[in-house]
Amino acid sequence: MADISIRKVAKSYGKTSVVEALDLDIHSGEFIVVLGPSGCGKSTLLRMIAGLEEISAGDIAIDGTIVNRLEPRERGCAMVFQNYALYPHMSVADNMGYALKVAGVAKAERLARIGRVAETLGLTALLDRRPAQLSGGQRQRVAMGRAMIREPKVFLFDEPLSNLDAKLRVQMRIEIRKLHNRLSATSIFVTHDQVEAMTLADRIVVMNAGKVEQIGTPLEIWHRPASRFVAGFVGMPPMNLLEATVETDTRVRLADGTPIDTPPLALRPGTPVVIGIRAEDVRVGAAVNDPGLVLAVDFVEQLGAAALVHGRFGGHDFVVTAPAALAEGAPEGLALGIDPPALHLFDAATGRRLATVNDAAALARPAVLAPTA
Amino acid sequence: MEKRATFGHWWIGIAFAIPQIILIFTFFYWPAGQAVYWSMTLQQPWGGGNIWVGLDNFRQILTDPLYWNSVVRSFVFALFSTLLAMGIGLVLAVFVDRELAGSKVYRVVMIWPYGIAAPALALAFRFMLAPEAGLLAFVNRLWPGLWDPGLDGTDAMIAVIVAFSWKYVGYNFVFFLSALQGIPKSLTEAAALDGAGWIRRLRDIQLPMLTPTVFFLLVIDITESFQDSFGIVDIMTSGGPARATELMVYKIYFDGFRGLDYSGAAAQSIILMILIVALTVLQFRFIERRVHYK
Repeated sequence: MADISIRKVAKSYGKTSVVEALDLDIHSGEFIVVLGPSGCGKSTLLRMIAGLEEISAGDIAIDGTIVNRLEPRERGCAMVFQNYALYPHMSVADNMGYALKVAGVAKAERLARIGRVAETLGLTALLDRRPAQLSGGQRQRVAMGRAMIREPKVFLFDEPLSNLDAKLRVQMRIEIRKLHNRLSATSIFVTHDQVEAMTLADRIVVMNAGKVEQIGTPLEIWHRPASRFVAGFVGMPPMNLLEATVETDTRVRLADGTPIDTPPLALRPGTPVVIGIRAEDVRVGAAVNDPGLVLAVDFVEQLGAAALVHGRFGGHDFVVTAPAALAEGAPEGLALGIDPPALHLFDAATGRRLATVNDAAALARPAVLAPTA
Repeated sequence: MEKRATFGHWWIGIAFAIPQIILIFTFFYWPAGQAVYWSMTLQQPWGGGNIWVGLDNFRQILTDPLYWNSVVRSFVFALFSTLLAMGIGLVLAVFVDRELAGSKVYRVVMIWPYGIAAPALALAFRFMLAPEAGLLAFVNRLWPGLWDPGLDGTDAMIAVIVAFSWKYVGYNFVFFLSALQGIPKSLTEAAALDGAGWIRRLRDIQLPMLTPTVFFLLVIDITESFQDSFGIVDIMTSGGPARATELMVYKIYFDGFRGLDYSGAAAQSIILMILIVALTVLQFRFIERRVHYK
C-alpha cells in the first residue's frame, strides 16, 4: 500500500528522448494500466519506477519518499517480467523464496510463506520442479508468486500476459484482477493490449512517443478520448477518423463534400477539423434510393453475432458494425445514419479533442462495449 | 540422423572427404602410430635400425623417480595455472560485464596475450621476473634473496605458472564474458528487485549459470597446461633449477632430443597422451553431471 508520485520525470539516451517530462499521481491501492504502442516509453517508465533504469530528470516518490537515487531493493517494488525471468537453476519453491532468503528470513518461516503463496496460486504440486518443466501459464504463476511473497508496497507488471496464448491470457487477466481486489497493493501494469487495459484498470494512462496522451478511467478514455491518437488506438476496430471543414455551427463538410450534422460547435466556418465515430455508433440499414449517406462496401468480416463492414465513405476508408443478417450476401452499399451525439471532434492541427456541448452528457450515455463495472 | 545430401555415386562422398582424411592421417594418426611403435623399440640415436623391446621402455620410465617427479610437477602446474587463469579471467569478465570504466578497451586488449607465441612471452617474463634487474628486483632489496627463480625451485614454478596464466587469462576472459552476456538481463534484474546486491547476484544467479562455461574452460586449460607449457618452460627455466620445473612435456623433449633417448621419449609421450585422454573422460563423466544446462 503506497501512493506513487511522478513529477516531471524524463528519460533520454544521449539526444534521443524516450520519456518527456511526465507527471502522474497514483493513489494507494490503485490499479493503473499504462497503455501505448511499442516504443512509446511505457516500459521505460515502469523500469524507472522499479529502479532498473536511471531517470534523466524529475522526481519519483513512493509513499512520500523520493527514490531517485535508491537501489531497486530499497524501493519496495516487486516486478513481473514479460519473459517471467525465473531462475532456471532453482526449483519453483526456491524461485519464490529467493527474496526471503536474501532478506534473511528463517527457513521454517520461509517454507511456510512459500506454501501459503503456492496454495493461493495453485502451485503446491509443482514446488519441486524446475522452470523448464513448467508450461507457460505455470511459469506465469510462479513469477506472480515470486512477486507476491514479499508483500510489496507496489506491484509492477511489464506486459506479463503477452507470451501466453489467447485463452490463457483471458484467464490470467481475470486472476490478476481478483488478486488485486484481495491484496489491494498499488499496481502498475504496462501493456499494448487495449482489452487488458480496459478490463484491468482503475485508471488508464495512454502514452504515445514518450508523452502522456490521456489519463482517465476506462470509460472516460472510451467516451471522451482526449486526442486523435487515443481515439484511434483504443477501440476494436479503431474509430473512424475523417477530415472535414466546419461549415456552420452544427454542420461540417467532408473532403468529398458530404455534409455531416454535428453537435453545436463554437468554431469559425472554414476551420479544418477531424471527426471521429466508432464503428458500432453508426446506424446502418439496407441501401435505399435515398440521397443520404451511403457506404460503398469493399468487404465484410463476419464475426457471428455481428459483422464488420469495410468500405469507402466521404473519401476515407470507413468501417461499421452491422447486424450479421444485414451484411450477409455481400451488399454493394449500406445506408448510414450518424447521430451528432455520437461524434468526436478533434483539432486538425494539434489532434486534441474539441469540446462540444455533448461532452458533459457523454459520460451519462450507456456504454456500448461494457468494460469492467 | 537426417540425411542431408545424396550423391549420384557412392564414391563422390568419399572423394569429398579424402582431403580431410589425408590431413588427419598424415598429421595425427601416422605420428601417433609411429610413437606407439617407437615406444616399444629401442632406437639408435643416429638412425639405422632398432630392436623390439616390448614394454621395457614403459617399465623403465614408471620405476624412475625422476619421471614421477615430472608427473607431480605437471599436476601442480596444471592445478595452479588453471585456477589462476580462470579466476582472473572471471573477475575481469565480471568487471567488463558490469561496464565499469575502461571496459571497452579491456574487451579488445585482453585477447592479445593469447596471440603471443609462448617463447616470446616467456622471454618477456624472464626479463620482468629476473631477480637482479626485473620488476621484482626491489623485493630483493628489502629481503635479499627472497625472490630468485634461478636458485629456488618454488620461485621458478611460480614464475612459469604466472607466465602461462597470463597467456590464458585473456582466453578464459573471452569465454566468460560471452557467457555472462548470454545470461538474460532480466534474471539479474529480477534478483536485484528480490533484494540481492551485486555480489549476491553474482554468486546465486550468474555463477550457477556459468557452470557449462567453467567446465569447458577447465577441460581446455588443464589440457593446454600439459601441452602448451613447453615453450614457456624451455625459455624461462629449461626445467630447472634442479628439475623443479621439469614438466612432463619438457622431459619428453629433453630426454628425446638432448638425451637422445628417442624410445624413452616416445613412451613418455604415449603416457602423456593416455593421461590427457583419461583426464578429459573423467571430467566429462563426473563433473558434467553437476553442471546445470538450461
